[in-house]
Amino acid sequence: MFTLMHEGRAAYAFFERNWNLTKRYWAWEVVWLVYNTVNAMSVTYIGASAQIITGIKFDTSSLILYLLIGTTVWSYLSVTFEGVTDMVTFERWEGTIEHTFMAPISRFTHLVGSCWYAIAHGLLFTFLQLLIVSAFFHLDLSQANYLTAVFMLLIGSISFIGFGIGASVLPLLYTERGTQMSYIVRAILLLVSGVYYPIEVLPAWMQPLARISPATYVLDGLRAGLQHNKAIWSPEIWSYTWPLLITGVVSVPLGVYIFGMAERYAKRTGKLKRNG
Amino acid sequence: MSAHDLVLDTALPKHINTMQDAVVIDGVSKIFKKSRPLVRWSGKGQEVKEKKLEVRAVDNVSLVVKRREIVGILGANGSGKSTLIRILSTLLIPDSGHVSIFGYDVEKDERMVQRLINRVSVEASFFKKLSPMENLIYAARLYNMPGPQARIRIREILIRLGIQPERIDRPLENMSRGMQQKVAIARAFLTAPIVLLLDEPTTGLDPRSKIDVQNFIRELREEHDATILITTHDMDEAEALCDRVAIIDQGRIIALGTVEELKYAVQERMERTTPITMNEVFMHYTVAHLITDAAIKQYGSWEKAFEAFEADKEDE
Repeated sequence: MFTLMHEGRAAYAFFERNWNLTKRYWAWEVVWLVYNTVNAMSVTYIGASAQIITGIKFDTSSLILYLLIGTTVWSYLSVTFEGVTDMVTFERWEGTIEHTFMAPISRFTHLVGSCWYAIAHGLLFTFLQLLIVSAFFHLDLSQANYLTAVFMLLIGSISFIGFGIGASVLPLLYTERGTQMSYIVRAILLLVSGVYYPIEVLPAWMQPLARISPATYVLDGLRAGLQHNKAIWSPEIWSYTWPLLITGVVSVPLGVYIFGMAERYAKRTGKLKRNG
Repeated sequence: MSAHDLVLDTALPKHINTMQDAVVIDGVSKIFKKSRPLVRWSGKGQEVKEKKLEVRAVDNVSLVVKRREIVGILGANGSGKSTLIRILSTLLIPDSGHVSIFGYDVEKDERMVQRLINRVSVEASFFKKLSPMENLIYAARLYNMPGPQARIRIREILIRLGIQPERIDRPLENMSRGMQQKVAIARAFLTAPIVLLLDEPTTGLDPRSKIDVQNFIRELREEHDATILITTHDMDEAEALCDRVAIIDQGRIIALGTVEELKYAVQERMERTTPITMNEVFMHYTVAHLITDAAIKQYGSWEKAFEAFEADKEDE
């Protein structure tokens, strides 16, 4: 009971700390929101201009919604993923990482405590972005099932966190360029997950990668929910849910395990110290 | 207000045997390997080059610290003091040897050891955009302190260390280095460690702040029964605070004893009748004995010979 209370307090410590940091760096949050919104609009306008580009008359509203879902999920994945990898990068930058690693808490609490905030932050951030971008387009949301959309994002978050924890090993071991190295994981997810196009257009050898990417299932589930009014309990949504559950159950413990190995390596080689 | 009033009881394990030695360091060594070039040539001299890529930071160090003892670790820059403190802090894993805190192995019983210790490092590491209160409440929660109680204690302890009340809720980045260091000291005291590891805690503080911190360290020992290991370059501080002093050079402890014992030993060796200072003791053990008459003759004076010796060491 004592241990549980301790771990709970510690998990809240990371949430509170990250919230305090967000408040102090509010200007950065605004910049990041503008950047993501502009990016999302640029991509979505490709859908709006499809008639002009192809010279064929057709209803572009479904293409606009398709791309908008892609930009939204990509934004959510990026913000959440960055929230997880940033916990190491930022602590390295400030030199607090040794203090955090000295605290008498489990690494699971440390990592999950930080991820908890990343999810809340990512959801709020994505909602704001969606609200702004939607104002620029005529969206057909008559078939939207919002409950399914939120459900798919939350279920997908577990896997995103697992991948994020695994990637945060890079800034732990490579002080100067670790964060940039972690971008490669995101870039591969962007390429293979069908963010802006169906995965069927990918070369055959690339398609198995799409099947192990959690983003693929989140996107498919969201599109089924928002474009075709599929309920959470429908067989189609279930076909996207169970792979996400499996990926989440495997990726989070695996991520924590990999992080633990990296921590031990850093403690053997003296890599926790910032300047040397 | 005393140190005892300011620290919290953090439900330390009941089964800690406080009668046993607080810190036992047994034959500990730590070697760091510098990164190798991507392309390596094999051939003559390769073994020598490989050796040069290794830095023996701590070399077979053994030391026992009794409960409630304040032990100072003195050494030049790069002598291995901070590496030793990091090993005790569970931040580095030694290559050989064992370290235990009240019988708990720093590697095997890491979490238990972490509950017993805290550390102040030479650089005050904080989230600089956050206020002292926000930084310390984060630390307090990590050490299982309830928020409302911790907030009261944090305010008390910061004011006790001379932080103005109106600065407590403002970003740390606007504080001087000395003030930031005081907040770092408050963070360590707050968690009521029974073993406190202080790595040059007063570096950068003004004389008055140094005395404040030194008094607080003493109070912490007297009223909270803390065991304290402190590294410092300040010989006066070592003399004023420490029950025993260890002098470390090139990763090895080369002298250990009370200030009086060390002074007496050096006085005997130098066949001096006038009193010896701790500065002279330090110089004697770390470099003086390595400056030969031939070198003094070669460079013209002891000071120049010393400079040449330091330059050679840097090159190595």
